[in-house]
Amino acid sequence: MYRSQFALRQFEKRAYDLFLENYVKGTSHLSIGQEAIAAGVAAAMRPTDWTFATYRGHAHTLARGVPMTPVFAELMGRTNGLMAGKGGSMHLTSVEHGVMGSYAIIGAHLPIACGAAWSAQYRGTDQVAVAFFGDGSTNIGAFHEALNLAAVWKLPVIFFCENNLWMEYTRTSEVTAVANPAADRASAYGLASIIIDGNDADEVYEVTAEAIERARAGDGPSMIEAKTYRHGGHSRADPGKYRPDEELAEWLAKDPIPRYRTRLLEAGVSEDELRAIEVEVDAEVDRATEEAKLGGVPGEDLLLKDVWADGGGAWRN
Amino acid sequence: MAQLTFREAIARGIAQEMRRDESVVLLGEDVGAAGGVFKGTVGLLEEFGGVRVRDTPISEQAILGAAMGASMTGLRPIAEIMFSDFFAVCWDIVANEIAKSRYMTNGQMSFPLVIRSGNGGGLRFGAQHSQSVENWAMMIPGLKVVVPSNARDVIGLMAAAVRDPDPVIFLEAKALYASKMDVPDGEIVDTLGSAKVLRQGANATVVALGAMVPRALEAAEELSANGIDCTVVDVRSLVPLDTMTLLREVSATGRLFTVEENPRLCGWGAELVSIIADEIFYDLDGPIVRITTPHIPLPAADSLEDLAIPSVERIVTTIHKAMNS
Ligand SMILES: Cc1ncc(C[n+]2csc(CCOP(=O)(O)OP(=O)(O)O)c2C)c(N)n1
Ligand SMILES: [Mg+2]
Repeated sequence: MYRSQFALRQFEKRAYDLFLENYVKGTSHLSIGQEAIAAGVAAAMRPTDWTFATYRGHAHTLARGVPMTPVFAELMGRTNGLMAGKGGSMHLTSVEHGVMGSYAIIGAHLPIACGAAWSAQYRGTDQVAVAFFGDGSTNIGAFHEALNLAAVWKLPVIFFCENNLWMEYTRTSEVTAVANPAADRASAYGLASIIIDGNDADEVYEVTAEAIERARAGDGPSMIEAKTYRHGGHSRADPGKYRPDEELAEWLAKDPIPRYRTRLLEAGVSEDELRAIEVEVDAEVDRATEEAKLGGVPGEDLLLKDVWADGGGAWRN
Repeated sequence: MAQLTFREAIARGIAQEMRRDESVVLLGEDVGAAGGVFKGTVGLLEEFGGVRVRDTPISEQAILGAAMGASMTGLRPIAEIMFSDFFAVCWDIVANEIAKSRYMTNGQMSFPLVIRSGNGGGLRFGAQHSQSVENWAMMIPGLKVVVPSNARDVIGLMAAAVRDPDPVIFLEAKALYASKMDVPDGEIVDTLGSAKVLRQGANATVVALGAMVPRALEAAEELSANGIDCTVVDVRSLVPLDTMTLLREVSATGRLFTVEENPRLCGWGAELVSIIADEIFYDLDGPIVRITTPHIPLPAADSLEDLAIPSVERIVTTIHKAMNS
């Protein structure tokens, strides 16, 4: 999981550089500071399980095993992108890796994850769906509709709240009736209140693995609220200046990656081993960046493609 | 051959598909034990059981979200939104999620689902339970939109919608639920995107949809007694749109009248008119006329509702006036 967290961090840093160099257009939302969650949850999942991510979904997509090149290329709008440039940063999807979409309308994917879980339940597979969302997303109706449905239908779905304290530019606690935006709502749906340290990949892994176990066993949904922090702004151009310096400093000190590194060193992993991982990851990021840049520019042949299942875009004869 | 009401045809159409394919499931408010508020799903819970026919909470986003998630992972859900006005509370799932996700993912995902909904006026339910929203659905790229006008078509188009690999909005005209017709026994399967010529006439072409189709037919009968002979075309499917049939039938008479239940602005007829103007302008022998509900929220009182929605009388007088001017 160290490798995975470190790779997510290096990927996001490079994505930011590519934005500054104008290779990445549009918007993007980085997970720097929150990597322990994507890495820990993915480690607890089977390849056949499903993730439903948000617009802040680079990390969640990569953590499921999607290679870096098509993700970089998608951010750059190239034909070798994960969706050939048709989705962009906020909609990363790789069905073959169980990444069942990244959703940019707050809360929408929670009921959709319920539907996937319902289908697993109906077909008697033991697949589990995991939906990630932010603290701010707990105040939209779809969140509540999804939790209720999941509870009454006992669906194999995990609702994973990454509480980074902030919505876009507003502190979630200022606009939320309860202190723990997800966990304090859990009892309303008959679920346990679970709060964890989202900057500790081991804890994320263990608690998620238990929730997945319950879901596979037919014991229904769980909701997990993980406390974490984004080191940067909300999206690409946001310096995040609205946040107090002390708050940022406090959370930088809890950075999941150095923490995990220290833990491994204390457990007897050698500095050389860790360095080797870091060198390898950095080389992978460099290679993927260059490969992505080699991709073509999507043209007219893609414009009308795949509106419909027949591959085309015709709405009339 | 059996005489069936429109509402019985819905249950028969769904049952036909559920018997054929285990992956077809039904969900919505009151669709199970109650058999649907419009009694369109009577008998399905008894035949297929509670695992395949599921009552849901009053959570339209959850209903459609669940249908979407299930369809992307191998099921073929039929979801009910009780009144089409309620699409407004779950339109994100329809317009942003279901409609866009195939395209955004470069074809990685499929959404073989059907969303049925009671549509339009005639029941004196007032503005929030009576609007005809086919134009809402038609304007969203990625959705197919089907509107049957009779019991036989309900079954055939339901089968086509369920078997189609794309999401289909299936609008059931509430005013037609009690209408009856003789329907052949056995499996009925139609094709999406095929308009039907119901009556052939030399003077004018009347194009109608859903509950307006029987009214257009009745109007055509009256007009023929007055020497105006009309072709009547039932559009049946707004997306895909059978422009070949429509263009051919309008060319043949040189006159087009649309009969639309949707409020006037951006009604489906406006799109049809623009296609006609683009492609067969020189075949026209006179102005195109759209007969629609005015651009108003629908009133509840029977007298007012009857004034608002195109009536047989309004269709007759409008066509008569236009043809004699
Ligand atoms: C329905 C909807 N409303 C508003 C937005 C704009 N928006 C995008 S991200 C965001 C903040 C979400 O905060 P949170 O759920 O805490 O997630 P985070 O960005 O912190 O990961 C907002 C308001 C949106 N995308 N969708
Ligand atoms: Mg947040």
